[in-house]
Amino acid sequence: MDAGGIAASGPVPANVRGRLEATSRRWGEKAIYCLLAACAVLSILTTAAIVISLVVPSVEFFGEVPLGDFLFGTDWGPTFSPATFGVLPIVVGTLSVTFWSMLFAVPIGLGAAIYLSEYAGRRTRRTVKPVLEILAGVPTIAFGFFALHFITPTIQDIWPGHFLGGPPLIFSALAGGLAIGLMIVPIIASISEDAMSAVPRGLREGAYALGATKSRVATRVVFPAALSGIVASIILAVSRAVGETMIVLIAAGNTPNLTFSPVQSIQAMTAFIGTTATGDIPTGSTIYKTVFAVALLLFVATFAMNLLSTRLVRRYREVYE
Amino acid sequence: MSRRRDPVGSARSQIAVSSARSVTQEMLSEQPRRDLIRNTIFASLLFLAIAIALIGLVVLITDSIVKGWSAFDLGLITNGTSSFPEDAGLRSAIIGTLWIIGIVIALIVPIGVGAAVFLEEYANKESRISRLIEVNIQNLAAVPSIIYGLLGLAFIARSPLNLGFVVLTASITLTLLVLPTVILAGREAIRAVPPSIREGSLALGATQWQTIRRQVLPAAIPGIATGVILAVSRAIGETAPLVPLGAATFVTFNPNGPLSEFTAMPLQIFNWVKQPQPEFQALAAAGIVVLLVLLLALNAFAIVIRNRFEQRW
Repeated sequence: MDAGGIAASGPVPANVRGRLEATSRRWGEKAIYCLLAACAVLSILTTAAIVISLVVPSVEFFGEVPLGDFLFGTDWGPTFSPATFGVLPIVVGTLSVTFWSMLFAVPIGLGAAIYLSEYAGRRTRRTVKPVLEILAGVPTIAFGFFALHFITPTIQDIWPGHFLGGPPLIFSALAGGLAIGLMIVPIIASISEDAMSAVPRGLREGAYALGATKSRVATRVVFPAALSGIVASIILAVSRAVGETMIVLIAAGNTPNLTFSPVQSIQAMTAFIGTTATGDIPTGSTIYKTVFAVALLLFVATFAMNLLSTRLVRRYREVYE
Repeated sequence: MSRRRDPVGSARSQIAVSSARSVTQEMLSEQPRRDLIRNTIFASLLFLAIAIALIGLVVLITDSIVKGWSAFDLGLITNGTSSFPEDAGLRSAIIGTLWIIGIVIALIVPIGVGAAVFLEEYANKESRISRLIEVNIQNLAAVPSIIYGLLGLAFIARSPLNLGFVVLTASITLTLLVLPTVILAGREAIRAVPPSIREGSLALGATQWQTIRRQVLPAAIPGIATGVILAVSRAIGETAPLVPLGAATFVTFNPNGPLSEFTAMPLQIFNWVKQPQPEFQALAAAGIVVLLVLLLALNAFAIVIRNRFEQRW
């Protein structure tokens, strides 16, 4: 069955002798090709299944509730009667949690990235980076528990009086935000560090030769040169924060609340989906369709952010590699 | 010329040498004092940032250990589900997780490696379809996990697949969730095998599949294994995609097959977190520690494999 057959099998017709092609049809090879192709195509089918499973109930939902009422309504009570379907309160809830998480994660993550790429020695980098990666491996349920039972009591204790409307409630956007922030630090740190390490040495040495100090090289030369990678890491982190479910479900509350206040209990989009979409939700009911409409909104938002982020990462790779 | 120092009278000459050096250095490398201060502050802020992240990790782990301390005993693992905290344990959840993850591994290894092999070895990388698949996999890797849960609810538990809320549903859902990780890692590992290995094999008359099976895949196994272990550890720790599938969260029996109803470790922990009694919070913390130990061990194992087998061609 192998190409060795050319030499071994008796008299070879003259017109075949010079050919390099296979002597058999190799059906086995073709079957394997098809099998492997099917594996790769499965990813397309997955996306198709996600889109179909989200879009079909959503289309039915928008037959019942006008799109404008959904997107711009400020009253969210799909389980009340009469039901209201203004999605803004839970969108604002998600944005608020995301904002507080980024307020924590961006400085910490970028600081860690600059430290690892510009200041740390080889050995420090080799030990600290895997430890940061461990942080990325902690399950979200652990972050949720941590937010509810450690972060919330701690910030309640140290809260300065009536700052931003008094100490946080048991469930608060801030506690959820801080836990998510801790969770996404490794994303920002790791991708930004890659981008900064990809900046050619020559740029740094040129700056040093002109008399720049180390901090100046880091902030004025390396940081701008790696900017697209840094922005990509932040966008990816935002998309993770927006899609995070367990932490907001456990620690940020379940009361739709049109507020950016960090101390109030809110409901994020993912938390709504997590509490409402349980196994016994009847298919085809309005609440079922509502869940999928919210999920579609979430999917579109994270999808757009991911596309943007991959574009930006590709750009810095093209420039420096 | 050797720079041998005179051993006699060295004290004086050394002072002279070192002060001459430091004065000259001071003169030539003089920086404005302001810059020096700014530099120091900047460096310490950076160090503070990384310290906060690492301290956060340490505090998270110790806090779970402290809060779960009272619930650590053999019963945590051997007791089944119960509405009384003193009788409650993780047994059903651990067995459920083992079933789910066993099937996940059986699915992700062939499918993930198959897709990675196809995209790296067979597909024409410039063709539109393979670029579409590539972008698509990257995007799938970043879809929020709760959306996979809804996919599982709408597509797998109910029609068209209609499996119900069983182990297999959870396995397929988690497989779809972690498959992009395996494919991306597998492609990276296969790409790292140098073309000369393939060309050598093909030149000796091996077919493409023989080349892949006997040369490329064995060389790429450490990388693929790292990806699979990381994917499995993610599948073990994920709660959100199972929440919409958790019809039978109060499972008092042991899941005993792919079509059995199930619970899983993170799901059981989540149920304990939702209970008002402090005893259940201690159980939740203890369960989190068990989960953390398992996941960190898996992650460490993956890192060890990566470092051990890192091969330079």
